[in-house]
Amino acid sequence: MATTYQLKRADFVFKNENDWEQVLSSIIRRSPQELINELISSELKGRGGAGFPTGLKWKITSELKADKKYVICNADEGEPGTFKDREILQRVPYKVLTAMAACGYVIGSNEGYIYLRGEYKFLEPELLKVIDEFEYFCKEINLDFKVKIFMGSGAYICGEETALFESMEGKRGEPRNKPPYPSTFGYMGKPTVINNVETLAHAFTIFKYGAKKFYDLGVQYSRGTKLFSVSGDTPKPGIYELELGMSLQDFVYEFGDGDTKAVQVGGASGFLVPRKKFADTAIGYQGKLTGISLPTGGSMMLFNSSRSMFNVLDNYLEFFREESCGQCTPCRVGCQQLLIGIKAVKRGERPATYLDKLLRLTETMQYTAKCGLGQSVANSFSSIVENFREEMIY
Amino acid sequence: MTAKKINITLNGYNLKIDPGTTILDAAKMNNINIPTLCYHKDLCVAGNCRVCVVEVAGQKRLSAACATPVEEGMEILTNSLKVRNSRKHIIELLLAEHNADCTKCYRNGNCELQELASEYKIMTQEFIELVPYKTYTIDMYSPSIIKDDSKCIRCQRCVRTCAELQGVNALTVSHKGDKMKITTFLEKPMNSVVCTNCGQCVNHCPTGALVEKNYIEEVWEAIANPDKHVVVQTAPAVRVGLGEELGFEPGSRTTGKMVAALKRLGFDSVLDTDFTADLTIVEEGTELLTRLKKALVDKDESVKLPMATSCSPGWIKFIEHMYPEYLGNLSTCKSPQQMFGALVKTYYAKARNLEPDKIVSVSIMPCTAKKFEASRPEMLDSGYRDVDYVLTTRELAIMIKQAGLNFMALEDAKFDRLMGESTGAGVIFGATGGVMEAALRTAYEIVTGRDVPFKNLEITPVRGMEGVRETSIKIENPKPEWAFLDGVELKCAVAHGLVNAKKVMDAIQSGQSDFHFVEIMACPGGCLGGGGQPIPTNPEIRQKRAQAIYAEDAAMPIRKSHENPEVQKLYRDFLKEPLGELSHRLLHTKYTRRERF
Repeated sequence: MATTYQLKRADFVFKNENDWEQVLSSIIRRSPQELINELISSELKGRGGAGFPTGLKWKITSELKADKKYVICNADEGEPGTFKDREILQRVPYKVLTAMAACGYVIGSNEGYIYLRGEYKFLEPELLKVIDEFEYFCKEINLDFKVKIFMGSGAYICGEETALFESMEGKRGEPRNKPPYPSTFGYMGKPTVINNVETLAHAFTIFKYGAKKFYDLGVQYSRGTKLFSVSGDTPKPGIYELELGMSLQDFVYEFGDGDTKAVQVGGASGFLVPRKKFADTAIGYQGKLTGISLPTGGSMMLFNSSRSMFNVLDNYLEFFREESCGQCTPCRVGCQQLLIGIKAVKRGERPATYLDKLLRLTETMQYTAKCGLGQSVANSFSSIVENFREEMIY
Repeated sequence: MTAKKINITLNGYNLKIDPGTTILDAAKMNNINIPTLCYHKDLCVAGNCRVCVVEVAGQKRLSAACATPVEEGMEILTNSLKVRNSRKHIIELLLAEHNADCTKCYRNGNCELQELASEYKIMTQEFIELVPYKTYTIDMYSPSIIKDDSKCIRCQRCVRTCAELQGVNALTVSHKGDKMKITTFLEKPMNSVVCTNCGQCVNHCPTGALVEKNYIEEVWEAIANPDKHVVVQTAPAVRVGLGEELGFEPGSRTTGKMVAALKRLGFDSVLDTDFTADLTIVEEGTELLTRLKKALVDKDESVKLPMATSCSPGWIKFIEHMYPEYLGNLSTCKSPQQMFGALVKTYYAKARNLEPDKIVSVSIMPCTAKKFEASRPEMLDSGYRDVDYVLTTRELAIMIKQAGLNFMALEDAKFDRLMGESTGAGVIFGATGGVMEAALRTAYEIVTGRDVPFKNLEITPVRGMEGVRETSIKIENPKPEWAFLDGVELKCAVAHGLVNAKKVMDAIQSGQSDFHFVEIMACPGGCLGGGGQPIPTNPEIRQKRAQAIYAEDAAMPIRKSHENPEVQKLYRDFLKEPLGELSHRLLHTKYTRRERF
């Protein structure tokens, strides 16, 4: 086995130097424009999985005039196989709050919300204490910024930003039509910046050390570090901070159990990469490195040869069938069709070619579903069916 | 200044479009039809069925035409292969989820999903049918509406209708994913929730998931029974809607053909609800004046003002649920349908020398709530059920088709006598503001002895489609017995659609308004836009039906209710006087406080 792999570990997010007060004080001594430029030049992209440039997000909202704007921290971490946001909120909540306040300062908002996943209720008491202390300090430095926690109720779809707003507004958590986007029409119809927990933690790093330090890590188009939630057939499950741009091969050398058959990158809505494609796959946002490049919210699930890929897919599809909000046809009915479809093929009730029909269906779901959930079901379905077709049939 | 137009290309043609226009509307304006299911002109855009997807150059994903505004330079393809394949997939998915037993469906032949399936020639079931995987119950508890979830395509038009047009929220979405469905509070049956039976959901449902409970067979049986004398009454709005089901353009006045058809169907007597509409005006107008007198002269503080109309059973059930503390403000008059029912088995039976139990009283209504109203326990004042069967405009059209009548070629016929005579004031009951206008025509004349001070008796401020309309009429030089009204500004409000009713009620509740008289109709546009009217109904169609109603009025020789000779005869021979003892027994009613869920 090769020993010269290129996995670069880093330690920014969880490194706690207890200096958030100084960082926040220094942030508000700088102009909003300066901070936006800092973020833009760091090339930080959203760490929730979609990868929208964070600096641009803040910039758009900062330029709008409105009587009210909001900063929302998306802590509805529901993607199967990710558990990094929980850890951040438990270990370094001040960094997240500091970045939220920085965002509020930049865009002109004095109200922040943490939308906390229902299952993370246990984090709430501690977070509330931290928020108290944080708000007290804000008052001391004359920064008008308040943070509230909004508890989710366990629906996966509410991690989708517009469904999250609907949920916060007391309505059914269903994604909205886009455009308009949250930057212009978000929570309560007001311009809103909504960032993932980890994105905010990285913003803290950038404001503290400067954009260059962050930019110098990672590779072109995928700058900086990222937290990975490593699970499955691995001797060392856990959360790891790694530089972006690594090859999946290197990742598997580090975390595999020697028998890794496939890795699911990005959770149930991500892609499955089979062993033969490990070397050609890089983990990052866009732009070809050696082969395909996969964005991820940080979930890395390893499967060894004892695993049936049919069962893996079946499990994901069960999840989607239940977690689709149910409003749009392609996602609601599509997920049901995919699930009973693979079962029918497995049982021999439909010919193997029915899988091709289902693959075409996932294409339609990708083209026509109203939100990212329905659009992304195709990812895991097609990558599993195409790479492990025989396991679906026999 | 008009905003600068936006340049787009649509299927290769360059167009200039107003900014803010959706792709769907831009296409429609240029004679390109994009199929829709969840879209309805009456409702906010949902963008959830995804049938209207189109391709925008440079974007991998397709855009929902109903929800996407045009942008400068957009190149749109509405019929590319990608679009066609996707649309077809979506229709197939919907069919797989839908109980597509079309030949056994009430909406067979008038179903938007069926139409699309036909348009896209879906000849096989590509996907696995989901209906057998699930259990569905058909909710048949309501006397008005049947809800069959197996036919539901989750477009949420009913939910939006119930919320946006009616402010009732009886129907709502529950659960998610594959279990997502349209349901009621705690999944209670439709007859035990806040549902007003208005039927707007039925009218807005694209499939057969929500339909009226039909009584067609029962009526055919009654007609066929030689021992029964079957009397039919027809509501004012039916005559301006029925034609749409039978080959006419919206807005066609088909009164004469409707009467001719009813006679050929075998009804023993074809009479007019407009007659009791006139009667309602006399009773209700007198009631209003009595209340005003008690309030202004006797200073009786128990008198409830404003007085609100009570002809719309959807509105009645709404106020019973939502504002029960205001039940005393409702006029105690029954609706014209129920006045008619009570009189048919008393006055009419006597005059015709018929045994009341031999009479079957049928009404043709633009309304599904009328089915509920007829079943209310109070509505037995004749000693029998006053109205036995209520059919919607749509059900009548079905009967006419079943009878094989060439409706378009029928020669006009006239209503039978005795409760068949009506005035222009009776016919405008079918439009929002009509009851108000009719009441003012009569009340003003009772008080002053003169016509209302409007050209051709057309009280235009109460006409139109504005959700809430307010007006006032100053009373000058009244007759001596009404001297206390001299100089009084009679303040009136008209609202249609229960969401507007809510606005008026909230204004009354908060003390912001000091109306004397309020007309409220449950359905948008009034009865002409009723839940039992032909499908589709939309703003343009309602407008046309309203024009037809007012044209009917203008064509009538008598235009004031109190001048209806048959009404005058009724008082002479039977009732004696408005609000008299017999009136109270037969024509007035009481209301019930109901739970708000």
